[in-house]
Amino acid sequence: MANPNNHKQPPVEAALLQLADKRGLDTARTRLQVMSPQCGFGELGTCCRVCYMGPCRIDPFGDGPKTGICGLTPDGMVARNLLRDTVAGTASHVGHARHVLLALRDTLDGKAPYEIRGVDKALSLAKRFAVPTAGRAIEDICRDLVDIALQDFGRQDEGVNNWLHHRAPAQEQKLWQTLGLMYANPHNEIETAMHASSMGNDADPMTLMMRVLKMSLIDGWTGLTLCVDLQDILFGVPEITFTETSVGVLEPNQVNIAAHGHNPVLSEKILQWAEQLQDQARAAGAAGINVVGVCCTGNELSMRHGVRLAAHNSQTELILGTGAVDAMVVDIQCIWPQLAQVAKCFDTAFITTDEMVRIPGATHIPFEPHAADESAKRIVEVAIAAYQRRRDKPVDIPQLKSTAVTGLSVEAIVDLLSKLDPADPLAPLIDTVSAGDIFGFVGVVGCSSIKFRDGAMTEEMVIDLLRHDVLVLTTGCTAHICGQAGLMTSEATERYCGPGLQRALKLLGKAAGLPGPLPPVWHMGACVDNSRIVDLMATLAERMGLKVGQLPAVGSAPELVQEKAVSIGGSFLALGVSCHIAPAPRVLGGPEVTQLLTHDLQELTGAVVKVELDAHAAAEWMVEHIAAKRTALGL
Amino acid sequence: MSTRLPIDPLSAQRSARAATHDKTVVTRPERCVACKSCELACAVEHSQSKTLFQAIHESPKPPRHIHVVSVAPYSYPARCVHCSEAACIAACPTGAMHRSADGLAVRCDHDRCIGCWMCVVTCPFGGVTANEASTKASKCDLCPERTDTGAEPACVAACPTKALVYQSPQTAAAARQNQAAQAATGCSSAPTPSGLEQLRNLKKAHRHG
Repeated sequence: MANPNNHKQPPVEAALLQLADKRGLDTARTRLQVMSPQCGFGELGTCCRVCYMGPCRIDPFGDGPKTGICGLTPDGMVARNLLRDTVAGTASHVGHARHVLLALRDTLDGKAPYEIRGVDKALSLAKRFAVPTAGRAIEDICRDLVDIALQDFGRQDEGVNNWLHHRAPAQEQKLWQTLGLMYANPHNEIETAMHASSMGNDADPMTLMMRVLKMSLIDGWTGLTLCVDLQDILFGVPEITFTETSVGVLEPNQVNIAAHGHNPVLSEKILQWAEQLQDQARAAGAAGINVVGVCCTGNELSMRHGVRLAAHNSQTELILGTGAVDAMVVDIQCIWPQLAQVAKCFDTAFITTDEMVRIPGATHIPFEPHAADESAKRIVEVAIAAYQRRRDKPVDIPQLKSTAVTGLSVEAIVDLLSKLDPADPLAPLIDTVSAGDIFGFVGVVGCSSIKFRDGAMTEEMVIDLLRHDVLVLTTGCTAHICGQAGLMTSEATERYCGPGLQRALKLLGKAAGLPGPLPPVWHMGACVDNSRIVDLMATLAERMGLKVGQLPAVGSAPELVQEKAVSIGGSFLALGVSCHIAPAPRVLGGPEVTQLLTHDLQELTGAVVKVELDAHAAAEWMVEHIAAKRTALGL
Repeated sequence: MSTRLPIDPLSAQRSARAATHDKTVVTRPERCVACKSCELACAVEHSQSKTLFQAIHESPKPPRHIHVVSVAPYSYPARCVHCSEAACIAACPTGAMHRSADGLAVRCDHDRCIGCWMCVVTCPFGGVTANEASTKASKCDLCPERTDTGAEPACVAACPTKALVYQSPQTAAAARQNQAAQAATGCSSAPTPSGLEQLRNLKKAHRHG
């Protein structure tokens, strides 16, 4: 609910909640209130419902049950539960990657109406994978890359996964080999993890936790990296561009189509058909079609086309309260069933497209790459029809929006840096880090949580980091949050950054040909694009002759919601990059697992987890952690 | 007559009860982890079928007389505490709200309850709720069918952390005295905070609005 006494509540959240109040809409905030207090066993991770002797719960006070009925210890319990969270996150990203892989294969076979827009990306990947390029058609090169990726999904040998082997930094691979984390086929590992965590299998918290790390590695390299590499081949590598954020990007007199979910294979087609059907929209009395981005497919469109960003995940139900969203078209992941209920109150067409995401009350228009054009055209037409129904009705769009710079792929960043030093593009960045102008990097990633939104957790933490000259790299819903708070503007550099970071960003802004400094928070994409953050760090580390974990860099998921954020966090930990996380991961009921994550992991990969629910204390810890890394490097 | 009847047929039973049942439900809020097992168990106990899987389909829905309330980072199972001098009994205009024959429980006679909610507004603990479906006051009855057979009330039996215990006020006070004595003399300091304490401390730091 809007809370006028809460001065931290971000203005966009307040405006959207006021709107919900006015319209009498139930919101996640009210549902959380009804749900509270939430079960402590679940929060501690010591509720096991794996088998039917259970459910079992451990008494945290030690009077009642001390183990599960089968004898599983609390540490075994939290580790199994965490492994299953990680499997779900990894399965999501690997599933997304495989979908894109098959779409690319079908495109090459002339069975899906897409084209190769990222020729340079395909060529650079070909080099990494030792695919010959001389005198070959780009389609043939891509076909080889597809075959290499496809091979990983069918193999039953004990070798090393191709995408991991060719894309991950070599030094870290040696470490993972030593720790027994290497893998071949991601599907086999997902199967093994579910098997190992079921009743009567792995009960050793330490081996279970190594499985968590292995599963996270799969997420990082055969989930995120594979997915983003192939999406770049299909849809092009993002370049620096401008966009706008917040609910104010909805237009009262246009057909508003909100693309929500994660997979650009759908949203790219929606964007294309929205352009092609502009005349049809005008004939229906609209001024045009306004495709806006929501959640991560929104980030995908924004990165590649500058599409404006309407809402992060926890605002998806709230923007429907404007009455101005004619169609919300969704693909996979983070789609709340509640959306169908809110859409019913308006003329909004809520359209599901993926067979895996069926929601009662939604209009389901199946979308699959073979018939992409037909489905996308139909979806846009449904949106136009919805506009016709609501055309003369009043809408209520809070007039709030901010500009934002987006499209900061690694390629775009290197390209920008090459304007300062064409021979050695990374040198200027390394120099500013060495000089301390850029004190360090924090990858702020993950979700937007209603448990933290009204305290502006992400914004407050990020602003603290900027004051300490820490450059913030962001993706996913935290990118929406930063964009909405105006943190992706030149003004933010002048307003919030310490003098060193200001100096560095002014230099970069000039090189980019911007009228002002480069923004201090870099929008690097959707949540799958966390591989871009890793790529940037790996590129930097390689150039400096360091391991990624030695860099003055930390990860943070300040508003964790989805299981995907757990596996992404794990992939950072495997790289030796420490992570801040809020709320507490569901492991505190297991003292050994807690000790491993918060301290002993240091000995294995060099990373630790810090749980901190206060924005300022979290930023303070990250700055201290970065300072320690700098000291170790003699900086 | 060879059979000898007692003067008051209930007196023997009552005195036996007083000896063994001088107990009530005592709450130890620091142990509540908000699992709401007590809420479910209470509803099942006050259902027609007395089984969870059938109770959820009953109409009218079985009432629950205990409500776990959030006081982040803690939670509190709010319920009737069966006061010795109960405001609800004093406020009740029809005599529906009464003390049980053994003197241990405050109960509501639904045949006499007129749904005026005087009990609801006078109870300082929120122990009586307005059962809107039946327009009758709804409250904890200390599970007579269970306690008569020597069993604990349903909420106590269901509580996995013993945040709810069935004991006499004397026993409860002695336990608290013991706790306070340990704290005062520094004998209770745990070397490392438990996971639950860590979780609560994290939540304490997270305050906004």
